[in-house]
Amino acid sequence: MSESIIQIQHLNKTFGTGETAVHALEDINLDIRQGEIFGIIGLSGAGKSTLVRCMNLLERPTSGSITVNGQRLAWMEGEKLTTISERELRLARRNVTMIFQSFNLLMQRTCLQNVCFPMELSGLPRQQQRKRAMELLDLVGLRDKADAYPAQLSGGQKQRVAIARSLATDPKVLLCDEATSALDPNTTASILTLLKDLNQKLGVTVVVITHQMSVIEEICSRVAILDGGVIAEQGRVEDIFSNPKTEIGRQLVYPGGVQIDRLHAARVIRIAFNGGSSDEPLIASLAIDCGVKVNILGADTRSIEGKAFGTMLLGLPEDPGDAAKALQYIRSQPNITVEEVENHA
Amino acid sequence: MLEIFTAAFWEKYGSLLLDGTIDTLIMVVISTIFAYLIGLPLGVLLVLTGDHGIWPHKNLNRVLTWIINIGRSLPFIILMIAIMDFTKLLVGTKIGVRGAIVPLVVSAAPFIARMVETSLAEVDAGVVEAAQSMGASIPQIVWKVYLPEAKPSLVLGGAISVITILAYTAIAGAVGAGGLGDLAIRYGYNRKVPSMMLVTVIFLIVLVQIIQFVFSRVSNRIDKRLK
Repeated sequence: MSESIIQIQHLNKTFGTGETAVHALEDINLDIRQGEIFGIIGLSGAGKSTLVRCMNLLERPTSGSITVNGQRLAWMEGEKLTTISERELRLARRNVTMIFQSFNLLMQRTCLQNVCFPMELSGLPRQQQRKRAMELLDLVGLRDKADAYPAQLSGGQKQRVAIARSLATDPKVLLCDEATSALDPNTTASILTLLKDLNQKLGVTVVVITHQMSVIEEICSRVAILDGGVIAEQGRVEDIFSNPKTEIGRQLVYPGGVQIDRLHAARVIRIAFNGGSSDEPLIASLAIDCGVKVNILGADTRSIEGKAFGTMLLGLPEDPGDAAKALQYIRSQPNITVEEVENHA
Repeated sequence: MLEIFTAAFWEKYGSLLLDGTIDTLIMVVISTIFAYLIGLPLGVLLVLTGDHGIWPHKNLNRVLTWIINIGRSLPFIILMIAIMDFTKLLVGTKIGVRGAIVPLVVSAAPFIARMVETSLAEVDAGVVEAAQSMGASIPQIVWKVYLPEAKPSLVLGGAISVITILAYTAIAGAVGAGGLGDLAIRYGYNRKVPSMMLVTVIFLIVLVQIIQFVFSRVSNRIDKRLK
């Protein structure tokens, strides 16, 4: 297991004071490892943007500690939060760069000048800036747009320029704040592919904030689910996909959800195929081997890193004997987990 | 009034009108330069020190707002007379082109500060945040983000400022500042030469049209969002 690059411990962020105080983040603990693509997912208002902004101190936490790339950015001294100095922070930010949902390019500068911007800030000689900026534009496939202005580009192209810009200072970590949320599905896919490539080629750690599970399943290796300012669950993406343990996890894995109360079945179970077992015709064998017919109420299968992960909601027969037989049969199958779903609204 | 088409009129008043126009232009140009030297930094400070600014300073912001509001609440003609002694102290005279420049600057600077504030407020907060996330310092954000990104809007605001100062110079003319306003009042009104009134009005209209045209044109040219 590789070293950790971002460590967050007991992080709290409260906006306002007294009765109107809003607890945006509560006791967040995260350990993001060097070279991985880590996802943070949650519904809007869950606090994910606040969390990612704490990682470069664009947002000052109320308490807790943040260590990035071996450097403490914020820590507690007794009851008091202490942060590194403004000057140190500005230097540290060259190692943790960020891309945004709205791209945030400088509209009065060409693409090349946009990519040069962070290097201008750090005082690199002009010639070197331009040389490096061209290399980066090449890397994101936009060499021919060097002299175009952002207003002349499509959304996907703008995000590519923003990515090139974010890489100008050779960062160790790239924070992506809803970076694909303003893009159409095809463009989203191409940006995600680019991020994955950059992660592999440059070894840059990528932290992805999103509300779309599809983004997580596409590129992340581990994920944390944020709900109401609290981490509901975190772990390997395939584990969370095959078997979400929390209500919010299920909501995100099955968007739109399955309204169990509307299903006419006495008992409902959820089964999950944990990779590789989806070739077995489970339902058919169940009918043949046990003579029990179950009702498929909903199903969803995704492929994560080449393995099949699927879930199915099954309505068991009314007869308790048949139901027990079916349950036992399914439980005996390898690589399948079963859980009974309570009838709830 | 048709005499403005005669050679005799221009022989008699031509050089007066030329001098008046030049005086007006001198007052406008010099006052605008000095007013921006004061108003631009004030406007930037207003934005930086504001609640959502990148350098929030409640008290400083309050003091600035207070000064600017006072400056803006005095009508130009009153301010001009009220600060005459200060003007004399500063430039050695209360009248003429030199005497007019001081009150013009004092009056226009707070106005310009507000214009600048409005232009900078248009700069996308996300872009400023992006610059911060890249480790930009406050001066770097001002010079490399706020001012360049707001440039087209600042230029458009510039037209409004210049035209306002032009209007003030005409008022200054009433208390001996010289320029086109002075001609309109002395000849057009006091000496009852309606043609002089007409010509100065036409000159002022033409000046305003030219100023607006040029500034709008420049603003459009430099705005890369429109391409």
